[in-house]
Amino acid sequence: MIIGELHFLTPELSLLGFALVVILLDLFIKQKKVLAVVSIAGVIVSAGFTVAMWGTPSEAILYSMLAVDNFALFFKLLLLAAAGLIILASQDYVSKFERFQGEFYALVLISAVGMMLLVAATDLIAIYVALELSGISLYVLATFLKDKKSTEAGLKYLLLGAVASAVLLYGMALVFGFTGKTCLMCIAYYVQEMPGAGLLSNPALLMGMVLLAAGFGFKIACFPFQMWVPDVYEGAPTPITAYLSVASKAAGFAVILRVFFVALGSPDWLSLNWGMLFAILSAITMTVGNVVAILQSNIKRMLGYSSIAQAGYLMVGLATVGMAVGNDAVGQSGLLFFLMSYAVTNLGAFIAVIAISNKIDSDAIDDYTGMGKRAPLLAVALTLCLISLIGLPPTAGLIAKIYIFSGAVQHGLLWLVIVAVINSCISAFYYLRVVKVMWTGTPTSEEKVPSSWALRTALALCCLFVLLLGVVPGGFVDIAQAAVRILGP
Amino acid sequence: MSFPYLSAIVFLPVVGLVIIALLPKPQPRTIRLIALVFTLASFALSLAVFCLFDRSAGAIGQIQFEDKLPWIPAINAFYHLGIDGLSLPLVILMTFLGVLAVLVSWKIELRPKEYFIWLLLLETSILGVFCSLDLVLFFLFWELELVPMYFLISIWGSGRKEYSSIKYVIYTLVGSAMMLVGILSIYFTTGNLNMMELAYSLPITSAKPFIPFAAMFFLLFAGFAIKLPVVPLHTWLPDAHTDAPTAVSVILAGALLKMGGYGMIRLCVTIFPEVALHYAPLLVAFAVVSMLYGAAVTLRQKDLKRLIAYSSVSHMGYVLLGIFALTQVSLTGAALQMFSHGIITGLLFAMVGLVYDKTHERNLDNLGGLARQMPVIVVVFSIAGLASLGLPGTSGFAAEFITFVGSYSSTAVEGIRLYTILGVFGIVLTAGYILWMLQRVFYGPPLDKFKGVPDANNIEKVCIFSFVAAIMLVGIYPAILTNVIKLGVEPIARLIGS
Repeated sequence: MIIGELHFLTPELSLLGFALVVILLDLFIKQKKVLAVVSIAGVIVSAGFTVAMWGTPSEAILYSMLAVDNFALFFKLLLLAAAGLIILASQDYVSKFERFQGEFYALVLISAVGMMLLVAATDLIAIYVALELSGISLYVLATFLKDKKSTEAGLKYLLLGAVASAVLLYGMALVFGFTGKTCLMCIAYYVQEMPGAGLLSNPALLMGMVLLAAGFGFKIACFPFQMWVPDVYEGAPTPITAYLSVASKAAGFAVILRVFFVALGSPDWLSLNWGMLFAILSAITMTVGNVVAILQSNIKRMLGYSSIAQAGYLMVGLATVGMAVGNDAVGQSGLLFFLMSYAVTNLGAFIAVIAISNKIDSDAIDDYTGMGKRAPLLAVALTLCLISLIGLPPTAGLIAKIYIFSGAVQHGLLWLVIVAVINSCISAFYYLRVVKVMWTGTPTSEEKVPSSWALRTALALCCLFVLLLGVVPGGFVDIAQAAVRILGP
Repeated sequence: MSFPYLSAIVFLPVVGLVIIALLPKPQPRTIRLIALVFTLASFALSLAVFCLFDRSAGAIGQIQFEDKLPWIPAINAFYHLGIDGLSLPLVILMTFLGVLAVLVSWKIELRPKEYFIWLLLLETSILGVFCSLDLVLFFLFWELELVPMYFLISIWGSGRKEYSSIKYVIYTLVGSAMMLVGILSIYFTTGNLNMMELAYSLPITSAKPFIPFAAMFFLLFAGFAIKLPVVPLHTWLPDAHTDAPTAVSVILAGALLKMGGYGMIRLCVTIFPEVALHYAPLLVAFAVVSMLYGAAVTLRQKDLKRLIAYSSVSHMGYVLLGIFALTQVSLTGAALQMFSHGIITGLLFAMVGLVYDKTHERNLDNLGGLARQMPVIVVVFSIAGLASLGLPGTSGFAAEFITFVGSYSSTAVEGIRLYTILGVFGIVLTAGYILWMLQRVFYGPPLDKFKGVPDANNIEKVCIFSFVAAIMLVGIYPAILTNVIKLGVEPIARLIGS
């Protein structure tokens, strides 16, 4: 019964409820800070419901459209954490769109609902609907500054997003036409029973798989679908950039993992094929991201390319999942751990950038000169996050890389790991350039950089987790492993 | 559970840096005192460990003062610290240099709070490398060292400091990237990260290799060879040394390079004895090239600091020779040479720092006749120089003598006698550049521009005399260390079968 299953949807429903409350309150309330408080409350309530469900037996609800399992719950928590931190950090930014604060918070929450549904979806149709729900809110959010760059960013994101959706839909149609099913488990069953092994004897499946990879590839910004990233990241409001780079990417990886591992994870010849596809894309993605990042002089663009590179490292995990013949979850849990680490690190970096560029009104790396003196705490935090992005101790980045690469080495992707570690060395160059100007340059002015308590709280939380994941990762690895156990066939 | 000596030694500097970081607007004096107290505490504890260390025959190959806690259960990684005869001297060396580096930095005026924070973090990371017995933990400390080094060179350095610091970071990162791949392949061959078990109780060679053992060996070796450094991977060293602040040069030459030598013995040789034996002739040839090339290049240096920096390349060649001669005596020599070079070159860099501090001149062409103005400095500098060229009675002699005797008598490596004889010429070149350098800096007619240049003050005297005392102590009674080193080296020699 659908009504009886609704309590499984409490995290989404409560968040949606709060989003509507925010819109309604916006009509009556002058003091817009209240809206932020309500939004945060919504995130906390929703997270509370999510945590309460952790560890309970998995359920398939709404006619097997959605799954309630640890995997989905893990991602829901990650997305809620990202949304919460973004709302906290936007406190210093929302003054730029004074009139539309209510809509801003509500859209952030609604897109979070969309992504939460996306990570739980186990049916192609549900996946598509959830993807659009999150996507459309994000297109609007990207244009929120209403200036030239922001509008361009939003339009670009919308157009390319629409193309990607179309490609994805076409891929889904092919898979449906081939198998006659839309639910992932049914597709998996059909593919396993399919006569005739080898991709070339099943061109429709091959085509469908490639188109699915392309459609999702847009979401995670892997090569060759990364073109939109720098422009959109530069033009969109910085909190939304951060949100895109973390939440949207995490949701993308979750859905790829579910679709490819659950529906197309066996027989082995199939998973080896898409494993190799992701391995090659991963090598190109990280190299493109890192090499082009070196040339950037705008910090948001640089972080944009850096997030492309990071997506490349994450795809090492996807490739491992494909190459791992048999039931071995090291690739999945490595991917999840890396996502946790990447989320807190990248959010931390962007939050520091929000605070600094708010004051100096510039995103040029050169204008960060001497930030170590003007805003020591922000500079320390940004430095910590950049060090974590390089993958140096004592931060999350190092452990995440060791963990995700170890899985790849185990499953015969030594060449990919070598490409990845060389890429890490390249990345040190551009990350350290920011660190260098912050600490060694003489500041252009002595003015301090102010930041609100809300932003500081968000930043402190990020830094705390960057260190925790780096020094005592044991517990977090256990969580990641518990989350993927459910995916086993 | 007994008192966790090693954890305390490794993390006392971190406690110090947290206290410094939390003080709101501290006086530079307070900061220095806190740094001094915590480095001294760490040094005192390491001396206590030295006294309590079990030297009986039963302790051969035994890990002592072990601290072990589960850390990342998923990949079987432990927080596992412990020392044996090989690592103990290096731990003492680092804690000793840590105290002296604080003393050397006494006059730092620029952003002292951050400076001492990074200096203390550097000490912890190096100590961590020498104490870790778990490969992932080892790698973590190995990488950790990069962060403070980058900041120390790029903020408090001189000259082309930004270029040098990034060059240092990229070189080391490339090395450690290969090392990481090596460590991961060891892990997936054996499922074990415990260095001691990999070497002694569960030899890796009994497992089915995942990639050829030689590949794993060289992946690890590359990381260590960059750090040691071995010619032709040494070009980061002169830049980093020359542009680093004095205290950092002291630690860099004194302890940081030893991470490379230590890693070679602890991982390359002990885990892969057969591979080491097979490739030893090649590696010994690299050692001789490092010794001779390093010394020859040193002769041509105009910058006092760069000169000392290049001399390290040559001296680390001795270490490499000792390691890959693969006998118990030569390994003991290499381990002793690491300690001895640590204090001698540490002192040399401290002296260069002093001379520069007083005269603001490092170019050998512009220096001269300083003997009259700074009698104490000239005496100590000469002692350090003579120790560096291996004068009997100093630690340099003991270490080089043992190394050469050990490698000459090696039966494990073909053609080692010829290499050893060639290598001994390195000492002649060393005598040449050291004496020539002393002559150009201190002797000759006194120059007017240096009139009234002061000699070392009291803090500086404390600092340099403790170096001299250590050099003499080890030189006159090397058994104080070789007795300990023997305990760590003997089982390794047994693995090789010599």
